[in-house]
Amino acid sequence: MAQIAAEDIGKRTKREERAMLWRSFKANKSCYLMLAPFMIFFIVFTVIPVVMSLPMGFTDFNMAQAPKFVGLSNYTTLFLSDKIFVKSIRVTIVFALFTGPVSYILCFLLAWLINELHPKLKTIFTLIFYAPSLANVYTAWTLIFSGDMNGYANSFLINLGLINSPVQWLTDGRYILGVTIVVQLWISLGAGFLALRAGFQNIDRSMYEAGAIEGIRTRWQELIYIVIPSMGPQLMFAAVMQIVSSFTAGTVAQNLVGFPSTDYKAHTIMTHAYDYGWVRYEMGYASAICMVLFVVMYLLNKLISKVLSKYMD
Amino acid sequence: MAQVNTVKLKASNKQAGRKIGGTIAIFAFLTLLGLFMLFPIYLILIMSVKPVEELFIFPPKLYAMRPTLDNFSDMFEVLNSNRVPFSRYVFNSVAVTVSVTVLQCIFASMAAFVLAKCKFPGSKLINSIIVVALLYQSNVIYIMQYIVMAKLGLIDNPLALILPSIASPMGLFLMRQSISQVPDAMIEAAKVDGAGLFRICWQIVMPNQKPALMTIIIFAFQAAWRIEAGSVVFQEQYKTLPTVVNQAASAGLARAGVAAAAAVFMLIPPIVVFMLAQRQVIETMAHSGIKD
Repeated sequence: MAQIAAEDIGKRTKREERAMLWRSFKANKSCYLMLAPFMIFFIVFTVIPVVMSLPMGFTDFNMAQAPKFVGLSNYTTLFLSDKIFVKSIRVTIVFALFTGPVSYILCFLLAWLINELHPKLKTIFTLIFYAPSLANVYTAWTLIFSGDMNGYANSFLINLGLINSPVQWLTDGRYILGVTIVVQLWISLGAGFLALRAGFQNIDRSMYEAGAIEGIRTRWQELIYIVIPSMGPQLMFAAVMQIVSSFTAGTVAQNLVGFPSTDYKAHTIMTHAYDYGWVRYEMGYASAICMVLFVVMYLLNKLISKVLSKYMD
Repeated sequence: MAQVNTVKLKASNKQAGRKIGGTIAIFAFLTLLGLFMLFPIYLILIMSVKPVEELFIFPPKLYAMRPTLDNFSDMFEVLNSNRVPFSRYVFNSVAVTVSVTVLQCIFASMAAFVLAKCKFPGSKLINSIIVVALLYQSNVIYIMQYIVMAKLGLIDNPLALILPSIASPMGLFLMRQSISQVPDAMIEAAKVDGAGLFRICWQIVMPNQKPALMTIIIFAFQAAWRIEAGSVVFQEQYKTLPTVVNQAASAGLARAGVAAAAAVFMLIPPIVVFMLAQRQVIETMAHSGIKD
């Protein structure tokens, strides 16, 4: 008897909880209304595409017929028999290892150095370093790396006598990965760079003054003991931006070195997904490739936030 | 004792170890690197004012001997195709850019205000989803977006150039970080006066968010200005400027001058917008940090 009563009480609170939740939904109606326009577009064009790639990855889907369930076969093909995918993993890793950390450090270093200058100069240098991310990559770099003698890189090297005939920068398998890395670094000072610039600007002057009294003597010590510890959140934001740009860089390569690139030398996971998605219309397989990329990016993001967590307040 | 105090005071007036020599070295280093960064852009500029006969000179010169604006006027004729005039591409790009930017600002501002200042069932979840979504922008989800757009019948519809770019997690995130700096007391006071959330957002909060607004305008403008027709729109009259510029550039040296002129033409709007708003951008980005 007593037991039943106890169960009843439990049920009642659950029902009450549900009623309370419903009431608070109603009470916050205007919140949901204001959130709705953004959320509708966000769900349709970001959440659904990302979430959908999981079930889609288990199917065979060519856009014309209904998706057919094929279990794990996309993934087994991907890792066990798709040699080009394995190659693309290697290219992506090399590419991300070069461009990710280098551009991150470059963003930080430049933001720091610019911050040391006179305000007028700060404005000018920020524009100079940010400008490349506004420019049309393709037009600029084909002028330099064009494969005939009219390319600036070739004519310069021929004039110096280092080479006799033009180098095919954009089609020779030995150079294309290097070329795409250079170009990616050139455009990499984007939102992350601006966030770090702002982070430096935002540090309270009294922190420096306190530091000077405590015995900090060089710019270097100041950087280690004052600046970095107070910029954790900006460092994290910039890291996210660099992960995104170094993993999705396939498009830079595609425009510049052609698609597919010679010997798949600049074939990133992104390019591979593009190949199956838009060229062959094997959407199930392309989804599996994208899923791999999503998971890798998510894990990397978690890893970096672990590393930076001691600077978060 | 007094001696020590003055030393300490002197030290406190300055940042640590600032020597004029160091500052000059920094300036020199930044100038060198800046020149390297600007070099490709400089080449586009030079290329755009070179007359046709100078394009084939070997070795290619780093300056134009007889600079001309012919490429810019040719651009309007050469880049026409299938009876679609160049101005149409310009119009398309402007239309796409303006609609994306305006809608993104309005939607992101309202959502950011609610997420920063209201607690309601689901607000925590949405906030954390937004931070993760920063990772999944543009390129990574193009293919999946394509399937969604195909299901919605948007392929080969000009709306396909606009709709996917409207809800930008980055715009929302930056705006949310900025609005969360607004004191709660201000909003509570407005609530007591009987203002609804919608009015509080637009009449009390947003007028003070000009820097954040400028920032999302810049990022939205920049991203939208480079939207290509790609594989979602095939009709010539709906293609955008970047599409034609890339087509011209891939046509080789004969079109190089015109392609460069078009690239310069495309570079000017985002540079101008950025220059006008730089200070405000930096102010907003100061709150851009991700805290868990």
